[in-house]
Amino acid sequence: MSNVNIKINGMDLSVPDDITVLEAAKMNDIDIPTLCYLRGINQIGACRMCLVEQKGARALQASCVLPVSEGLEVWTNTKKVRDARRVNLELILSNHNRECTICTRNERCELQKLCQDLGIRDIPYEGEISGHKIDDASISVVRDETKCILCKRCVNVCRNVQGVGVLGPVGRGFTSRVEPVFDLSLNDVGCINCGQCIIHCPVGALKERDDVDKVWEALDDPKKYVVVQSAPAVRAALGEMFGFPIGTNVTGKLAASLRRIGFDKVFDTDFGADVTIMEEGTELIDRIQNNGVFPMITSCSPGWIKLMETYYPDLLPHLSSCKSPQAMEGALIKSHFAEMNHINPEDIVVVSVMPCVAKKFEVKRSELSEGGLPDVDIAITTRELARMIKEARIDFENVRDEDFDPYFGDYTGAAVIFGATGGVMEAALRTVADVLNDADLEAVDYEMVRGVDGIKTAEIAVTPDLTVKVAAASGGANLRKIMDSIREGGEFADYDFIEMMACPGGCVNGGGQPHVRAKDKLEKDIPAERAKALYDEDKAHKIRKSHQNPSITRIYDEYLGKPGGHKSHELLHTTYHARPKIKES
Amino acid sequence: MAYTRSQVLLCGGTGCTSSGSRVLEKEFIKEIKNSGLQDEVEVAVTGCFGLCSLGPVVIIYPEGTFYSMVKPEDVAEIVHEHLVKGRPLARLEYKETKGDKVTESLKELDFYNKQTRVALKNCGIINPEDIEDYIGSDGYTALEKVLLSMQPQDVINEIKASGLRGRGGGGFPTGMKWQFAANASTPDGVKYVCCNADEGDPGAFMDRSVLEGDPHSVIEAMIIAGYAIGASQGYVYVRAEYPIAVKRLQIAIDQARDYGLLGEDILGSGFNFDLDIRLGAGAFVCGEETALMNSIEGKRGEPRPRPPFPANKGLFERPTILNNVETYANITSIINRGSDWFSSMGTEKSKGTKVFALGGKINNTGLLEIPMGTTLREIVFEIGGGIPNGKRFKAAQTGGPSGGCIPAEKLDVPIDYDNLIAIGSMMGSGGLIVMDEDNCMVDVARFFLEFTQDESCGKCPPCRIGTKRMLEILNRICDGKGEEGDIERLEQLALGIKSAALCGLGQTAPNPVLSTIRYFRDEYEAHIKQKKCPAGVCKNLLDYYIDDDMCRGCGICAKKCPVGCISGERKQPHVINPIPCIKCGTCLDSCPFGAVKVAR
Repeated sequence: MSNVNIKINGMDLSVPDDITVLEAAKMNDIDIPTLCYLRGINQIGACRMCLVEQKGARALQASCVLPVSEGLEVWTNTKKVRDARRVNLELILSNHNRECTICTRNERCELQKLCQDLGIRDIPYEGEISGHKIDDASISVVRDETKCILCKRCVNVCRNVQGVGVLGPVGRGFTSRVEPVFDLSLNDVGCINCGQCIIHCPVGALKERDDVDKVWEALDDPKKYVVVQSAPAVRAALGEMFGFPIGTNVTGKLAASLRRIGFDKVFDTDFGADVTIMEEGTELIDRIQNNGVFPMITSCSPGWIKLMETYYPDLLPHLSSCKSPQAMEGALIKSHFAEMNHINPEDIVVVSVMPCVAKKFEVKRSELSEGGLPDVDIAITTRELARMIKEARIDFENVRDEDFDPYFGDYTGAAVIFGATGGVMEAALRTVADVLNDADLEAVDYEMVRGVDGIKTAEIAVTPDLTVKVAAASGGANLRKIMDSIREGGEFADYDFIEMMACPGGCVNGGGQPHVRAKDKLEKDIPAERAKALYDEDKAHKIRKSHQNPSITRIYDEYLGKPGGHKSHELLHTTYHARPKIKES
Repeated sequence: MAYTRSQVLLCGGTGCTSSGSRVLEKEFIKEIKNSGLQDEVEVAVTGCFGLCSLGPVVIIYPEGTFYSMVKPEDVAEIVHEHLVKGRPLARLEYKETKGDKVTESLKELDFYNKQTRVALKNCGIINPEDIEDYIGSDGYTALEKVLLSMQPQDVINEIKASGLRGRGGGGFPTGMKWQFAANASTPDGVKYVCCNADEGDPGAFMDRSVLEGDPHSVIEAMIIAGYAIGASQGYVYVRAEYPIAVKRLQIAIDQARDYGLLGEDILGSGFNFDLDIRLGAGAFVCGEETALMNSIEGKRGEPRPRPPFPANKGLFERPTILNNVETYANITSIINRGSDWFSSMGTEKSKGTKVFALGGKINNTGLLEIPMGTTLREIVFEIGGGIPNGKRFKAAQTGGPSGGCIPAEKLDVPIDYDNLIAIGSMMGSGGLIVMDEDNCMVDVARFFLEFTQDESCGKCPPCRIGTKRMLEILNRICDGKGEEGDIERLEQLALGIKSAALCGLGQTAPNPVLSTIRYFRDEYEAHIKQKKCPAGVCKNLLDYYIDDDMCRGCGICAKKCPVGCISGERKQPHVINPIPCIKCGTCLDSCPFGAVKVAR
């Protein structure tokens, strides 16, 4: 790589030769507005907001796709540029459902922000609105075409990052829209419910199915005993909704707020994560000792499970039979907790707060229920919880830290890192190594499976005689690479244990997490910052191995028996089934 | 090969085929056989002659007798009179009347003798389904010259020196395009030569005619282009709506393969090149070069940002040249006759000839090829034979949906790329639609905008939404609901769209509106301020009324009126109630006394 000399707004600049004008401007503190742009994911020059005037070019150029070259000269702030951006933005607004005050993206909408920044005060071109359809048949994702601006971020995230590709442009001209194939609902195509489309949508055209009202209804029902559990990744991102910097850990405020909202018990899915390690670790050891199916693959991520069921039904035996931590926690609340407290499980409502919209789909799986009672009743996202906290007028910024309720809210450092890619793997290795060596090993930091790379691999000597090949992957497209390799008997067919997370970077970057503006994504590695909050909490924990959690010891002693035992299988393990890519009508 | 004394040439272009020329073929063969002349007279189906409105067209050589609008029942008479008895059948001969002079011979017709046929040189003359016919007309001699005596750079230099510019619309210098692709590096040595036959301008059909009438000229030129830039694979992207063109092109490709002119080691030169057809589904935007490449790759036909330009990263991310059919149709003549010959035709910056598809309010509808620099007046009033029914010329629209309207005061501007742009239009692919006093220019602008807004791929907001908003404004102006400021709004939107749209389609879509505002602003103002359509086209701005003095009270109009808005006593003048009137014009057409009038 070498440098080239360019001129932006008359300033002589020397910049790397392999970047775009947008990036070169950014490096030199020149802000160019963008809307469709998502670095590395959606660089298609579609929205025409990042236009610049280039010397010698007839039309304005989209700087997000304009490579720098020696002698290039551009202006980012001429009258022609400003006028074009303004007309463009006015046109986008003229075809946008502007119910901004009641939109879920109000105050966090990238289009709204742009209109403020560019001083749009009037829409001179009113006319027909092209989008009409609202597709709310999916349990997880609601698509509102009246707000879609056709930036295609969702299309390219779904296709290229997640390897799924159920959204695409259809029609042409003014009637163009982004939809699943054949006018079908997202519910009827091979959508894995991950919600990556939602967190990349700049406006309110994609959103989670809102289950907040159901939670209030349960809380307001005096006959119901409402228990809440919160997933590890929630604490790493919830603060963003209240103005805290990205990567702030708000565990104590989270617990305190949940209690103030009025939940009868405030538990932590991290406890379920510790149980998961006991069960999954035992399953792994069992497969090693009894020549089971390898590689064994984790089953915590519901988006991943649906991807497997839809696209790799022939490889389902590779999946661990363990329920997800959410479901384990729920199942134990409705059984052991209910028995301990003499509450009829039918009167218990388990609410989970998840960084994920696929969890809404997971709680509806019939396999995740006991005698007709679902393990978890309602799953809400980090964003929905933030709305509840605001609606309940809790002063989140100033609320004092509190702890989760004991026993089902007790957890180790190993559970906290479930929220980041590689975390489940690391937590499992900590326990498996101890168990197989029958020792309390000091080495607990498995750095080789940390970090936000899409696929991380390592060979780990668990005991002097046993080396396991492990991998941790995140992002659907990466998962598919691994599954294709396994199906073809390639490199990954030799692996022993693989952790798979549907969302890139793991749950910290889940589809239920707060929106981050594309511009902030340019400056910060969001999954890495949020993951750091979790690794820091892990490091500060006195107990960092799941099997050393006293409440885990207690639940196996008092209730479950041994990991992988009869009771565990009844409550904590599940089955999977193939799903069609397109629902047969 | 047997020699025959007479040849009956039947036009097999799309126009004449749809008016029944293939039935004539059977009739001629039958009647010639009945007369025992099958060894003396040859019947050949050719490509388009150009005068499509007179089809089906039959030309009999050696006399060059031009028969127009021939019906199957005329065939026996033509055979008996012309071929048996040797006297042309005056009844069906096409005549051109100019003053007192009546012209009958094909070569003397203004329509033909004012033309210079380079791209169309073989159209209407050879049988496009027989490679021997093409070879007999110097076909593949240019290829032989190139492969056996020229270096690739020599070929590029010759094309550069000719001054040939792209005939698809933009007018980019062809030689430069080839040079960029020749210079471009490619990781695996693969480059592509593509032909844009996705002709989509309303009314333009020159590319179709070349493919139907002379497909080998395109094939030969593409092989030459492949040699020049170092490509060994070509694609012709042609719309599926051109079935005859597709069929003949495929026959030509197969024949060229059989003759060793496509494939490996062509003419023993060691050069390999092959060609395939890719069918398009007819989206206008797929004529845009990067959208076309997306479509060939099997993706949605949406334009890609440029740079990278196709010469560096085109089809399948390899260096690619894309030229239009007509551009390729010029190549063999340039090679054979030299760049000096080619550049001797035309204007300073636009060399050679241009094919136009002439349509609209014009006597000779059809295809013609003229040297660059010919004036619009010559095209319309000499070659085109003027405006029918003695109406007044108002404007000519060139450049299709990307072009503009040229008013009468610009009739004497020599037509070339740069002059057309200077007067607010463009060359485009060569559609030329003539309009007379009965055309409403606001309605014309609306027609073209309706087309582009429908054909927009939808990728960028200026084109997707902007053209829609412009159309909405035009619709309301035509409906009599135009508002003060609408013209300014249109201009503002147009300029915004032109500078912000992603590809050529959007960047040029506002042109028909801008050029009509520029030259016919008074018509816009009449619509908006006086709520009148001076040309009497915009229905909502017309008022039907009955002239009391002329009405005899017969009641026919009242009986025929579909909404019952005409009333009156028998034998007394009737009246039209304007409120329920839907302005359908039935009363106007049905009044035997001409008493129904339209106020414009």
